Amino acid sequence: MAPVLHPEALAGDWSQLSRGRAGMIGFIMAEGSLLGIFVVAYLFYIGKSLNGPYPQDVLEVPIFNTICLLASSVTVELAVRALRQGERRRVGTWLTLTALLGVVFLAGTAQEWYRLMVHHGLTIGTNLFGTTFYSLVGFHALHVTVGVVMLTFLAVFAWSGALQSPHAERAELVSWYWHFVDGVWIVVLAVVYVIGR
Amino acid sequence: MASAWPQRFGHGVAVRTISMAALVELMVLAASAVGATGLFSNDTPVSTPSIFTPASTPAFAIRHLSYFVLGICAVIFIVVSGLLTYCIIRFRRRPGDEGREPPQVYGSNQIELAWTVVPVLIVVIMFLATARYIFGIQRLPPSPSGLQATIIGNQWWWEIRYPDLGIVTANELHVPVSDPANPMPIFLTLQSADVIHSFWVPQLAGKMDVIPNKTNHVWFDAQTPGLYVGQCAEYCGVQHAGMLLRVVVHPRDEFAQWVAAQQAPAVDDPGVRGGRELFQSLACINCHTVRGTPANGLFGPDLTHLMSRATLAAGVVRNTPENLRAWIDHPDTLKPGALMPAMKLSPRDLDQLVAYLLTLH
Amino acid sequence: MNGISGTLDHPEEGAPGQLPVLARLHEWVVTVDHKRLGIMYIVVGLVFLLVAGLEAALMRWQLAFPESTVLSPQVFNRLFTMHGTTMVFFVGVPIVFGFGNYLVPLMIGTRDLAFPRLNAFGFWLLFFSGLLLYFSYLAGDGLYGVGSAPDVGWFAYAPLTSRAFSPGNSTDYWNLAILISGFGTIATSVNLVATILTMRCPGMALGRMPLYVWMMLVVSGMTLIILPPLSAAQIMLLFDRFLGAHFFDTQAGGSAVLWQHFFWFFGHPEVYVLMVPGFGFASEIIPVFSRKVIFGYALVAASAVAIGVIGMGTWAHHMFVVGMGSTPTALFAASTMLVAVPTGVKIFNWLGTIYGGRLRFETPMLFCLAFLFQFLCAGLTGVMLAVAPFDWQLSDSYFVVAHFHFVLIGGLVFTIFAAIYYWFPKATGRMLSETLGRWHFWLFVIGFNLTFIPLHFAGVLGMPRRIYTYPADRGWEVWNLVATLGVPIQGVALLLFLLNVILALRGGKAAGNDPWDAWTLEWLTTSPPPDYNFETLPEVRSRRPLWDLKHPNDPDWLHE
Repeated sequence: MAPVLHPEALAGDWSQLSRGRAGMIGFIMAEGSLLGIFVVAYLFYIGKSLNGPYPQDVLEVPIFNTICLLASSVTVELAVRALRQGERRRVGTWLTLTALLGVVFLAGTAQEWYRLMVHHGLTIGTNLFGTTFYSLVGFHALHVTVGVVMLTFLAVFAWSGALQSPHAERAELVSWYWHFVDGVWIVVLAVVYVIGR
Repeated sequence: MASAWPQRFGHGVAVRTISMAALVELMVLAASAVGATGLFSNDTPVSTPSIFTPASTPAFAIRHLSYFVLGICAVIFIVVSGLLTYCIIRFRRRPGDEGREPPQVYGSNQIELAWTVVPVLIVVIMFLATARYIFGIQRLPPSPSGLQATIIGNQWWWEIRYPDLGIVTANELHVPVSDPANPMPIFLTLQSADVIHSFWVPQLAGKMDVIPNKTNHVWFDAQTPGLYVGQCAEYCGVQHAGMLLRVVVHPRDEFAQWVAAQQAPAVDDPGVRGGRELFQSLACINCHTVRGTPANGLFGPDLTHLMSRATLAAGVVRNTPENLRAWIDHPDTLKPGALMPAMKLSPRDLDQLVAYLLTLH
Repeated sequence: MNGISGTLDHPEEGAPGQLPVLARLHEWVVTVDHKRLGIMYIVVGLVFLLVAGLEAALMRWQLAFPESTVLSPQVFNRLFTMHGTTMVFFVGVPIVFGFGNYLVPLMIGTRDLAFPRLNAFGFWLLFFSGLLLYFSYLAGDGLYGVGSAPDVGWFAYAPLTSRAFSPGNSTDYWNLAILISGFGTIATSVNLVATILTMRCPGMALGRMPLYVWMMLVVSGMTLIILPPLSAAQIMLLFDRFLGAHFFDTQAGGSAVLWQHFFWFFGHPEVYVLMVPGFGFASEIIPVFSRKVIFGYALVAASAVAIGVIGMGTWAHHMFVVGMGSTPTALFAASTMLVAVPTGVKIFNWLGTIYGGRLRFETPMLFCLAFLFQFLCAGLTGVMLAVAPFDWQLSDSYFVVAHFHFVLIGGLVFTIFAAIYYWFPKATGRMLSETLGRWHFWLFVIGFNLTFIPLHFAGVLGMPRRIYTYPADRGWEVWNLVATLGVPIQGVALLLFLLNVILALRGGKAAGNDPWDAWTLEWLTTSPPPDYNFETLPEVRSRRPLWDLKHPNDPDWLHE
């Protein structure tokens, strides 16, 4: 006889994960897999460029950018908590701050790219380093951009009063996406600016 | 409750036919397998590149392993399909079964454990045999002395170089026979000039891909003289199908003669001087090499000893004067998509050119 | 109620049930109902099946005789590229996910998928990307007049796909169409995972779900992990072709083998994504037609998970001849052989279900029984190919072609036909004809085996794949000719199937709620189901809620 796998579940006690959370987890898994392949390509091609510029010549660790992005994870978490507690004003503040930190990160990335392209002549077609660098950092930046757009929407809704405590889970889902983007940045930081240099 | 089993004819017919079909399929498989494995291989023409008529140590080893694996799989197939056939016949619904359900058996831990563990054991055995052959075949053969050749895959022909002998040829690999008592293995270095190809001569060795920016190696020791055919086995563009291989295995002295003939400079027949000058004035020399002349192009096959080869265009047509003329005049008709341009010569020029090339033995 | 209903759809005021054609079409176009979207996916898949089947028929016509000139190499190469690409992405994927769409909510007792609008989005992405791929036949001309449909093979190896070796835009059509359809498939997978994990009706613990739902959970989860790598590789190819990047540019030091790793990391699990739902169909149909509960539910569910997990570690068995080195070769040979174990175990569980049963041989069961024999054969040739030295000979030969057609036609297509005959009455309220069904079945079995058994031997005799013709002196002629003879037989079988569907829709026998005397929740509701699927639901206490209702004196939950 096959054993009983689960105990009797009564309708009243029947609870499962929420749809939104399950969906966002699935989405993050897919995105993680996508970005993972760009990381693999980057790692694979370390040291294989046939000509310069090489990473050690042109890369500077983006400490300020990193601090901004990691801080934004803290601020978005604070925003979600405030929303759960119904503190409308603080929600708007924290969300706006998060979005701003994201924008600062993007500006920093843009600045770095300008320096690399104009001063060092590194483009996506220059060598394997250029190809894998711009793709990986670029895709991450694209995800940051999407996150900033979502956060801006949320901030606007918070300031307008439309965002209320019952919507806490939706804001939480956006915050999960934002944490994912931050997590990916840590990986990119390690792979590009530490291991690869 | 509503049970709408349609009362149709011939459940019995269906059962009998299913079992007959299974039996017939088995017999067809068995008969064809026997035929294809060349167990009656006295009739197999030497040009059939069957993996079951090997002529070289790696190919023999693979065949040996294949028989082992095929044997296991054949037994599994017979046992399981036999059980299936038995069950289908034995447990079919019979008249009078209406409305009664058979005993519901939910599972059995012991049986399920058994039929999980036994396949794992079979897999372990097969893996051990496999691993032994993987490491064994790729290990270099005991004899350190052998012949080196470099194969460079191009779209859609094979460049063959013998660096130690100073020979460059195309599409036909000539090697000396290897006597097990006195082995003479051939070591091939495989490179690509463009896209991925694959070097496959089934009777001599398993295939090995030919990949740009990567150097691969394969070896074989042909133990019987003769002609062994193969072709490119990785899709490489329009004329992937027209990238054939001929491996000619010579007795030792015959091979030495072949080498000497290939090492000789190009034949300089004064009777075709007009054709030779025409050749050297045309774009031919940008792609082709004729050693000892100004022609030193590397894009196309070396023509120094063109007439020593049995085929043209990587095996697509036989090397005859008519085919040679046609190839130069309108290659796209013989091998559509080939990179050889139609030379657009006048008939007189073409005759002269062909006459010259026909002297390049 | 005429036809098939959809949720959230509001027929226009006027004659009920007699809507004008345009209004009915509009309902289908704007629908977010899982049942309608499921049917649309399946219909699209079947249409592409006919198109890709035609492409195959043309190829077999060309290959029937050596040195044939029926088709030029350019046309032939486009045909095999389009045939493979279409069959995997526009036949297999839509039909598999279409059935998932239709059946999963009904089987777990809920109203729709978790995200109905995302569901519709996923369908239309797939539909339009299929059109994009086929538009290439008309408009693939790029520079130099080179173009038309892609001709790089369905796995599009680098550097053949680089600008240098594939000028024009045909490769870009391949790239973009698959990229877009991939996003749709990922969306549908997110949807299915969320639905199965969060929307089961009360009492339906994971261990009480129908096995088909387990299979869809496994393949949706797999898709989330393995499809993005293909998208990533295709984006890299896009960058190479348009931005001058060097991901797969061997001239710049790039690696052609890297594309293969990325592609097959997707490509191998993808064929499990295609086949495992077929196992799900078999696991639902065989018990009902044997009149016995599935033997070893837990092992069948666990083996599906095992296939999913182990299957993600077998990809480089497509690369045994690339020159990876002995150790990676041995490791992938081991993992590939290992994945055969949970696959084989399933066959034993189905055997155990049939044993002691009272078998009925209606058309769904006929297709499932043929599947068992054919998939056994396919699995065994797969195990042979896992033996790497054997694969060194037979990789890229017709032996591999025969193997995977046995898996995908002998396995997947047969179980899909079983599923269509089984669930068509539920979806439409009409039975398909048993007589036509049997003709369809027998002709298809004969035609399929006639085509693909000989191809094993062509492979063993040294015939590589993807060649538009072959020399006359290699001993391959007879096998190719016999293989071609099977094609018209399969064609007739498919036409009979279409005839069956059309006739049944017009006036087939009424099906009733439960024509097969089955045991899962979808047979509780009407045929076709109403928009909201279920008016009431029983409390689920076992894996076969309807068995419990029909056998109140001997319910499953006393034994499970």
